[in-house]
Amino acid sequence: MAKTIVQEFTKGLWEEIPPFRLVLGLCPVLAVTKTVANGVGMGVAATFVLVCSNILVSALRNIIPSQVRVPCFIIIIATFVVVVELVMQAFTYPLFLQLGIFIPLIVVNCIILGRAEAFASKNGVVASTADGLGIGVGFTIALAVLASLREVFGAGTLSVPFSDTVIQVFGPSFQPFTFMVEAPGAFVCLGLVLAIMNLVGK
Amino acid sequence: MGDFILLAISAILVNNILLIQYLGNCPFLGTSKKMDTAVGMAMAVVFVLALAGIVTWIFEAVFLKPLGLEYIRTIVFIVVIAALVQFVEIFLKKNIPALYAGLGIFLPLITTNCAVMGVCLINIKEEYNFLEMLVSSIAYPAGFGLALILFAGLRERIIIGRVPGPLQDVSIALVTAGFMSLSFLGFKGMI
Repeated sequence: MAKTIVQEFTKGLWEEIPPFRLVLGLCPVLAVTKTVANGVGMGVAATFVLVCSNILVSALRNIIPSQVRVPCFIIIIATFVVVVELVMQAFTYPLFLQLGIFIPLIVVNCIILGRAEAFASKNGVVASTADGLGIGVGFTIALAVLASLREVFGAGTLSVPFSDTVIQVFGPSFQPFTFMVEAPGAFVCLGLVLAIMNLVGK
Repeated sequence: MGDFILLAISAILVNNILLIQYLGNCPFLGTSKKMDTAVGMAMAVVFVLALAGIVTWIFEAVFLKPLGLEYIRTIVFIVVIAALVQFVEIFLKKNIPALYAGLGIFLPLITTNCAVMGVCLINIKEEYNFLEMLVSSIAYPAGFGLALILFAGLRERIIIGRVPGPLQDVSIALVTAGFMSLSFLGFKGMI
């Protein structure tokens, strides 16, 4: 039993890492990866929602009638999104302003609804927690990887999550490649990272 | 009048919802493989978003703001949008079967389309009045449709071409979307 829990956790880190393996929930991936601090902040917020909604969905899976399950899942997810929204507004206000509209939009992130539907509604609480945590951590890692690529080349800096420290990566004569932090850079960068994942994985 | 035209141009081209604001990318990649599905999705989004914008704006003005309940806006909006989509689906199925046949399969997907929720939230955040909200709720999805249909055209050509193995499918699509986004970025100086 212990082995399967570990497997549920680790599959989110490589085999099914979103958004590289499961191409879902792209909007936050593209939008908040301008800096590493924003990317990791978003990842942690999404992980919290994912774990909590997975636990509640799997605990209630025998009570919720299957005809109305999707609206029920959406309401459960929306509740936790509101919790995250209020907590971030209270304790990490600058990050809250930076992420802006993308915090309420966690509610329509396909990864979370996808996990509720595909996994939590069919499995027990412990397995669902492990699954949520694994996918959430995988999502955070993916955001951090993409954000560090974009930030290092686009601005020449590396911001440390949950602090105000910003590290200068290159010397003073570095010319920032601003294409990377603009919208087109996000698409191209994600496309290329996907290609690398395909190359490594197959 | 000039303000409205400016708002519409800004929503369609300068702040294009797909390529500049990064909203609604899942259906953008999912439905752009064939021109038919792209057109269907674009129409469904325009149709639903125009309704959702009006309904959520009224909910905000009538219930949430006077009662000081703005903090549960996320829950209220998602429930309203989900209910609206369901209602539209039932209504079309019964009364306009021809339109339902075209839009039918795309309607359930729209509940989790972040473009719809996103535009409803933008309308509130920018504190638009009723007419501005109406313009934005039509212009943003028009921009979505424009980008989606152009992209579907490109993607149909890419399938014919010889793409290197690891770049196939989603990967090359994202790189292509990046260059489309670059061209939309060129509109930035317009306003």
